[in-house]
Amino acid sequence: MASHPLAPGESSSSNPPDSPPEPGWQGIASDWASDREVFKQVPWGKAMMWIFLLSDTFIFTCFLTGYMSVRMTITTAWPNPSEVFALTIAGKEIPLILIAIMTFVLISSSGTMAMAVNFAYRRDRAKTAALMLATAALGVAFVGMQAFEWTKLIAEGVRPWGNPMGAAQFGASFFMITGFHGLHVSIGALYLSIVALKVMRGDYERSGNYQNVEIAGLYWHFVDLVWVFIFAFFYLW
Amino acid sequence: MAYAEQAETEALHEPKSFLTKYIWSQDHKVIAIQYSLTALFVGVIAVVLSGLMRIQLGFPGTLEFMDASAYYQAMTMHGMIMVIYLLTALFLGGFGNYLIPLMVGARDMVFPYVNMLSFWFYLLAVVVLLSSFFVPGGPTGSGWTLYPPQSISQGTPGVEWGIVLMLVSLAIFIVAATMGGLNYVTTVLQARTHGMTLFRMPLSVWGIFMASIMALLAFPALFVSAVMMLFDKLLGTSFFMPAMISLGQQIDHQGGSPILFQHLFWFFGHPEVYIVALPAFGLVSDLISTHARKNIFGYRMMVWAIIAIGVLSFVVWAHHMYVSGMNPYFGFFFAVTTLIIAVPTALKVYNWVLTLWRGDIHLTVPMLFALAFIVTFLVGGLTGLFLGNVIVDIPLSDTYFVVAHFHMVMGVAPVLVVFGGIYHWFPKVTGRMLNDTLGKLHFWITFLGTYAIFFPMHYLGFQGMPRRYYVYENYAFIPQSAQELNAFITVIALIVGVSQLLFLFNLAWSAFKGKPAGSNPWGAASLEWQTPNTPPIHGNWGAKLPVVHRWAYDYSVPGIEQDFVPQTVSAEELEQMRQLSAGTKIADVKT
Repeated sequence: MASHPLAPGESSSSNPPDSPPEPGWQGIASDWASDREVFKQVPWGKAMMWIFLLSDTFIFTCFLTGYMSVRMTITTAWPNPSEVFALTIAGKEIPLILIAIMTFVLISSSGTMAMAVNFAYRRDRAKTAALMLATAALGVAFVGMQAFEWTKLIAEGVRPWGNPMGAAQFGASFFMITGFHGLHVSIGALYLSIVALKVMRGDYERSGNYQNVEIAGLYWHFVDLVWVFIFAFFYLW
Repeated sequence: MAYAEQAETEALHEPKSFLTKYIWSQDHKVIAIQYSLTALFVGVIAVVLSGLMRIQLGFPGTLEFMDASAYYQAMTMHGMIMVIYLLTALFLGGFGNYLIPLMVGARDMVFPYVNMLSFWFYLLAVVVLLSSFFVPGGPTGSGWTLYPPQSISQGTPGVEWGIVLMLVSLAIFIVAATMGGLNYVTTVLQARTHGMTLFRMPLSVWGIFMASIMALLAFPALFVSAVMMLFDKLLGTSFFMPAMISLGQQIDHQGGSPILFQHLFWFFGHPEVYIVALPAFGLVSDLISTHARKNIFGYRMMVWAIIAIGVLSFVVWAHHMYVSGMNPYFGFFFAVTTLIIAVPTALKVYNWVLTLWRGDIHLTVPMLFALAFIVTFLVGGLTGLFLGNVIVDIPLSDTYFVVAHFHMVMGVAPVLVVFGGIYHWFPKVTGRMLNDTLGKLHFWITFLGTYAIFFPMHYLGFQGMPRRYYVYENYAFIPQSAQELNAFITVIALIVGVSQLLFLFNLAWSAFKGKPAGSNPWGAASLEWQTPNTPPIHGNWGAKLPVVHRWAYDYSVPGIEQDFVPQTVSAEELEQMRQLSAGTKIADVKT
């Protein structure tokens, strides 16, 4: 690039490509600010999914901080989650057993998802689709167990506006937060099934790009990660 | 697949029929116009509502239907429409949609279909909002902040249906804003043209970009509070509702925290102020630079100031809550952050003034609006320093001083930029100029009128006149002179309100009969003025994307005749221009 009169403050971002990289923060800033793309070789869909997930993080954060602040300020007693979420199996009451299984199932589904992404980039269509469907099935199993849990609590008299165990906000927060997360899992299972179908049909073979599998995976891992926080803040507190 | 392939090879969905071209359009320019017209339409409704309120305040009893309930309903809808459905939608959905792809050299937004959905969700939100005028009980009258417990307690107007429709409409709007925002942010980050580095983008793009990021992070708080309040209202939960006695009855709720709502609301609400202000900052920077024929002063500092304001705006929210009864130590923290955010803001004002300094100022209509913005924003910003301090805020809170402050800083100031922006970019959108005489008339009435309206309100606030009263007669602590001033404000407000018809007429008339503008009537250097067609056609750039060689502010470059250098001019071309200019000068001397 020939030297031409640069406008003030223009020097570092219009360096010729063969000049040595700038050190430190200057270098980071000009890397980010450089030509055309901030994230090199990252497709649009993937960038957009990351930004969406950041926004969704704020939604869940607001739900959880809202719930925690209510829980800290109420004057009535909060029901003990270990007792409320216990199941009696073979005459023994085991605390949080169902939640533990649910958590295990959901985290396992992240494993199958990661394997699916791996096989997608190897262009192994059958294995990719199978693993994605397995992931979706684990998700459906998770939602099914959640439905069981809801049914059990409703049968015990837990309602959004009150419950026999203690503070009314317990039921309200429980149904709101797990409901919103369950909605995410359900949408995710549907989303994964559609992408799996497209993999099987060979849509991505024609365009030669399996990024969509990875993008769906990002969403799925996010939903999984959110559950870890819900598990910690709602059930273990 | 990275940018190069994606942008150059991906087939654009060329619209075939009238429906896909103008109604279900995926073209960012058409979507921008749809957004803008819808926003202007609801804006007219909000202006009419404010006129009705002013008649009631200036001449109580003139309008028979204007009782306390109707007044509060008008006030609530006026505030919510202006902040969310007009300003946010117009700056992000309107200006953002139109300008981002053109200014960064993209063919369209990265996901045109999602972009189209964004508009239709916005329209649905508007329809749901306006439908609350026609339901039993009318729209909600709880004030635009919707504070519980009052907003969902018996006795508040619109508690039956209005509040539900308001919350649902907000939730739909947030979905729309998210879909739009994802597009704007991804387009700026990943779909710029060759040579368009981040630090070559016009400040308009920077402002809209940062505001979109903030919208994506702040709207979740509003979404969550809307969901929680809907549950409180419809399912009988008690997130925000404490135990209390309402109309002599113990209510069914207990244990909720109204302050929690205030925190969630203002965690959204304060960034929202800057979601409106940052695009205005960006657009006004471009207007000033173009019409003063001078490069923007301190471009990089302007960018960093936008980023700093965006970040800081997330840690100042509780300065809206000094009188809420929260822990006084919070007040100390939030007063400090509030005063810190004034630093980058002041930096921007200095830089605008220094851009004007010894510039070749053309007093065109957009420039008049831009100059008016600087003055108005300064006045509104300075009163913000009063209100940011706890000890000054407490006596002034909920007085007309506050009304004057926020109308100046985030009402009038951004609206002046909206007008300036429309006068500036209208030639690109339609290919025709807006009428200059009508524009100047519109400007002077609006500018002087808004000062006549809002300046006296500061004084009324110091007198202790509280806001949100529907009539101010027979209060011992409000002197009679306040009523006379109220009548004066009302007369001016009605004049300013009616004068906006000049603007609407100008828009409609000039779109078809205006003077043809040519491709670059202002001699602007930024990329959107260098399109091969005006108005730009689908795909914006014809066969090849433009290549950018410089920043957007090369005005009055020494040694060449033309007083601006478009971003697409390369170093070699500039050298040719220079030699050509030198040649003509020699020729001049010889003759």
